[in-house]
Amino acid sequence: MTLKIEHVTKRFGDFTAVNDLSLTVEEGTMYGFLGANGAGKTTTFRMILGLLTPNEGRITWNGKPVNYSTSPQIGYLPEERGLYPKMKVEDQLLFLAELRGMKRADAKRELGAWLDRFDVPQYLNKKVEELSKGNQQKIQVIAALLHKPKLIILDEPFSGLDPVNVEMLKQAILDIRNSGATIIFSSHRMDHVEELCEQFSIIDHGKQIVSGTLKDVKRSFGQQNVRIRSDYPLDALSAVPGVLSATATVEGAVYQVESDETAELLLTEALKSGPVRQFEIEEPTLQDIFIAKVGKEHA
Amino acid sequence: MREFWIIFKQAFLTKARTKSFAITTVLVIAGIFLLSNLPRILDAFDGMGGEAEMLKVVDESGKLFDPLAAVLKANDPDSELSVEQTNDSAADLEKQVRSEDIDSFLTLSLDGTNTIQATYTTLSSIDTTLPDDVKNALQTVQAGIKADELSLSSEQVDSLFKQVHVETNNISATAKSEDELNQARILVYVLMFVIYFAVILYSGMIATEVATEKSSRVMEILISSVSPVKHMFAKVLGIGTLGIVQIIVYGIAGFIAFKTSASEATEGIASFFSLSDINPMTLVYAVIFFLLGYFLYATLAALLGSLVSRTEDVQQMIMPMTLLIVAAFILAASGLGNPELGYLKYASFFPFFTPLVMFLRVGMLDLPVWEPLLGIAIMLVTIFVLGWFGARVYRGGVLMYGPSRSLKDIKKAIQLGKE
Repeated sequence: MTLKIEHVTKRFGDFTAVNDLSLTVEEGTMYGFLGANGAGKTTTFRMILGLLTPNEGRITWNGKPVNYSTSPQIGYLPEERGLYPKMKVEDQLLFLAELRGMKRADAKRELGAWLDRFDVPQYLNKKVEELSKGNQQKIQVIAALLHKPKLIILDEPFSGLDPVNVEMLKQAILDIRNSGATIIFSSHRMDHVEELCEQFSIIDHGKQIVSGTLKDVKRSFGQQNVRIRSDYPLDALSAVPGVLSATATVEGAVYQVESDETAELLLTEALKSGPVRQFEIEEPTLQDIFIAKVGKEHA
Repeated sequence: MREFWIIFKQAFLTKARTKSFAITTVLVIAGIFLLSNLPRILDAFDGMGGEAEMLKVVDESGKLFDPLAAVLKANDPDSELSVEQTNDSAADLEKQVRSEDIDSFLTLSLDGTNTIQATYTTLSSIDTTLPDDVKNALQTVQAGIKADELSLSSEQVDSLFKQVHVETNNISATAKSEDELNQARILVYVLMFVIYFAVILYSGMIATEVATEKSSRVMEILISSVSPVKHMFAKVLGIGTLGIVQIIVYGIAGFIAFKTSASEATEGIASFFSLSDINPMTLVYAVIFFLLGYFLYATLAALLGSLVSRTEDVQQMIMPMTLLIVAAFILAASGLGNPELGYLKYASFFPFFTPLVMFLRVGMLDLPVWEPLLGIAIMLVTIFVLGWFGARVYRGGVLMYGPSRSLKDIKKAIQLGKE
């Protein structure tokens, strides 16, 4: 049960929303989809769901194109609220589950379990509009997962949730992944992607600018941070070849460098002016990579 | 098909279970009962009002009061009006009217040619029946005086005032007799109203429903499980069934109401609704044109509803459609008096006017069968085309967000739907 997107391009008139996108999500893994607002994430999701047809390339799930016969196996959480505001939670979720091919009685049983799990059983007979944003999001998540989908598409699943609920939701998603579902999700929160995803992509203006496993991407990023703490002046260090930028801190400085060799060079230079109290090579965070890649494109 | 019925059921049940739906239904039923018992209720109020009307008469000639009282009594034996002769001065009586002690008074005199001169004084002239009654009575009194003068016998007077008998004879092939026409007119008028209101109400409901689903983004989930076309038609059918159920409930309520309120005024209407002496074809056509009219406008409404992103914009978007229905109703209403007007014939074949105008013509004229059938066929084709076209717009429209509130967006929606 693999989701494959191969060289997909989507144009709206003159505007290219998605440009030559390729990715593969294996069964039982989670794929992170990062991008600024308007980068083409939602368009990609809509193409996976079959709501839009790509101009070029193809999307297959389990070797076959996605259409209405496969929709019972798909769970979708739209970025904005996708619930009837005036309908009761129970009616609503049972309706959506039935629509995805689930039997009403089964859906009812599952629904109870989910509400308990998310600590919201008291909302069963409440209208959605009466719930807080975070609780609505929980209901939305249940709507996407209730029918036990095999392919799950989550557009910003954690928005509007407090840290406790984020943890609760993360655990639920991880459980579902461990039971063999294929998950693709988008987020603005780099830490969530770093924590949950085996693989990820960053897309910007429809183009995939970074993709792969976290480790590979970090290694090939070609930049790392060197943090030095010293009581002696470090001014000369910013002139060392290979230093991309230097930021002074209270007790020293942080340097962005290209490679390990530059880092060693920095240490040598620093030791020349006096003893060094701390020397550390930091891996770039996803945040750094995102800002460097997307920010550069914008500049 | 399974998804179709799930959406159908959802559209029907959610709407039927809302409080506003229950309240509207109950209110309308209450209204029907109130209306059917209106004469009785008014009678009750009249009784409570108590004081019978009193007309004071100042007869300056001394010869007119008795004949007037007699004629008034003869014209309307049940009248609660009491007539009283008085010798109060006009100024005095005027004061009494002003202080509302009496409603009105009448001053009578005869001029040189023995013609009655009368002045009717009242505070305002809201009540027009009394002066009319008085005028008619005075006319009779005067005729008597003049007849005496000319020494005519009462037979001669009668023959002078003999009513002209005019019988209308329609020789047009499509016309119905005057009697039939009058009877048909009421039925057609009532049913026209039902069709008009139902179409406006339920198609508006569809547009709002679609826009709500779109603005709440539930649409994205829906159309990723069921094709937009299926969704659209399930919705149209679900709301349509709701409408039919509601109208049947009203119909039954109306029937019971008119049956149980056997007051004089409603007896005519009750016998009317007993369906005995009316043309059953008129009812059959009413059902056909209601259904077709509903589907035509509902499909259009769903199409328009799919173009807006916010429910607030729905009214603006469906305005042109509403105007079409109103135009159809005005056209049809203009033909109630004379259904053979030339432009009605052409209008009745324009699909958006057919449900009302063709129904008017078929209800009030003896049309050759091909005319309503052609109208129905044109409507069916239009519904089909609109459904096909609507489905294409719908497919893209439901994915389109932004400040879209003009018909130009149809093109954009089709483009998006194709992609």
